Amino acid sequence: MHPAKSVIFFTTASGAGYGLLVWLAVLAVMGMLPGDMLFGFIAFGLGLGLVTAGLLSSTFHLGHPERAWRAFSQWRSSWLSREGVAAVLAFVPLGLFALTWIFALAPAQTAAMIGVVGAAMSLVTIYTTSMIYGSLRTIPAWHNGWTVAGYLVLGPMNGAVILAFLLALLGAFEAAQVVTIIAAVMLVLGLVVKLLYWQHIHSAPAVSTAGTATGLGHLGKVELSASPHDQDNYLLREMGFRIARKHAAKLRRIAIALGFAVPLACLLLTALLTAPLAQMLLLLVAVFACQIGVTTERWLFFAEAKHAVTLFYGEQAV
Amino acid sequence: MTSLPAQPTAKKLGLVIDLDICVGCHACAVNCKEWNTSGKSAPLTDYDPYGKKPDGVWLNRIHTFETTDEQGRGQTVHFPRSCLHCEDAPCVTVCPTGASYKREEDGIVLVNEKTCIGCKLCSWACPYGAREYDENEGVMKKCTLCIDKIYNENLPEESRVPACVSTCPAGARSFGDLGDPDSEVSKLVAARQGYDLMPEQETKPVNKYLPPRPRQDGRDSDKAPRMLKHADESTDGAGLIARWVDKVLS
Ligand code: SF4
Ligand code: SF4
Ligand code: SF4
Repeated sequence: MHPAKSVIFFTTASGAGYGLLVWLAVLAVMGMLPGDMLFGFIAFGLGLGLVTAGLLSSTFHLGHPERAWRAFSQWRSSWLSREGVAAVLAFVPLGLFALTWIFALAPAQTAAMIGVVGAAMSLVTIYTTSMIYGSLRTIPAWHNGWTVAGYLVLGPMNGAVILAFLLALLGAFEAAQVVTIIAAVMLVLGLVVKLLYWQHIHSAPAVSTAGTATGLGHLGKVELSASPHDQDNYLLREMGFRIARKHAAKLRRIAIALGFAVPLACLLLTALLTAPLAQMLLLLVAVFACQIGVTTERWLFFAEAKHAVTLFYGEQAV
Repeated sequence: MTSLPAQPTAKKLGLVIDLDICVGCHACAVNCKEWNTSGKSAPLTDYDPYGKKPDGVWLNRIHTFETTDEQGRGQTVHFPRSCLHCEDAPCVTVCPTGASYKREEDGIVLVNEKTCIGCKLCSWACPYGAREYDENEGVMKKCTLCIDKIYNENLPEESRVPACVSTCPAGARSFGDLGDPDSEVSKLVAARQGYDLMPEQETKPVNKYLPPRPRQDGRDSDKAPRMLKHADESTDGAGLIARWVDKVLS
């Protein structure tokens, strides 16, 4: 599948934003969320900003962005529509959570409860995003449980790494320590899920073949001998994207190193280097590495996924 | 509404494509383009049509496959590919806007170009590559089963068939109601063991493909060259002068 920049940015940014907001709610429930306004503005602003930027970027690749409102109508059957509805609904409790917390408009307990509702809606939204991909039978690399697990873990993982940095930056070291532990656990979980995902897509038996696509399998090996057109068309550009195995392996190592290993190492080092500046710098490196790693992972998620239509264009099995 | 009709539609208009007959001439694809670029789906945009990299939206594409069996014997099969108007059409259920829909009255799957937002998800959901995005119009295009031809009362009755069907010089394409077991197309499918493409994708295609007939080797009678009767031996159908010359000379 063609790795479209807007979609990669959308899913990583909104995932990180929702993840960040989920952990803010968790800290609020634990009574550890800093009450100072500056932190509130930065943390909630970044969370909601990432979510909004992601959602906006997802409309850039539409042929008719001005009709995007129509996408809220088919939630009965379409995961894309459900995602739109869930994302808009989630803004209500998340916005209220931000307002009540930053401006102390309600008792901390009440704000935390609103935050929990917002966190639940955030996870529901991430789930609907993952199901847009997970529901497509045409793309076996996506049509499996690991797709959903990957989205549900990687968003909160990325959000936790970002939040650990923000807390350290604003001097809330006790809360930073708690979130650092959460982030470390999420990084390990994220790595396990991705490794299992990659193992799954390379060992799962083929779903469709050139034989079933043409129905000519009973005649022996089926090979394309003449394509309908000698230039690329929409189908080949959108769904026929191919990446060399060699490059995929290299990119996967980059994703593992930057997305998981480097941030994890940085987080563990904060236990040894306790000087505030050292902690902040380590967490900053973790944040940047994680962004590059997760973006690489998301790019690979598209680039490695083979679509059934390629069977009509020379692919043997998907 | 992008939910599929609650009940399977009674009428299932569709095509039956005979892979034994198709000669891969692309005439159906060309006539499909010609009819549809001025019909419901108009325009079927072309990008750079006379340049180095011509490209554009087509609703019908003709592939050619070669099969090789265990004994190394090959066979060439020409393979037209267009929308199969699936009963469980995933392209319809994924559509977030309701622009993609399946008609209750005849099972035809269509796109409403006035409400399509061009998110392309339907083309991801279709296993058969039957949907092509029109970059200029920003909407999805697909085979309409020539809805503006098959129901067109300005055309003589016998012309109310899809453009690809009426144009096929070999007669490889048939059109009819596959929901009616007594229709010509249903009988053809039963007689020739018509099949579904990628049944494992669980789309329940309406269109059926007829397999190439089994090869005829192994029997001597098939190997003997079949000679046509030599033209010289008969004057049937010859003109007056030719017959007179024939009489004088023989
Ligand atoms: S062939 Fe593709 S576009 Fe046509 S109905 Fe089936 S899934 Fe939809
Ligand atoms: S491209 Fe148009 S028809 Fe296809 S799913 Fe999106 S809105 Fe529906
Ligand atoms: S039925 Fe009409 S639109 Fe569909 S492939 Fe044939 S000519 Fe094209």
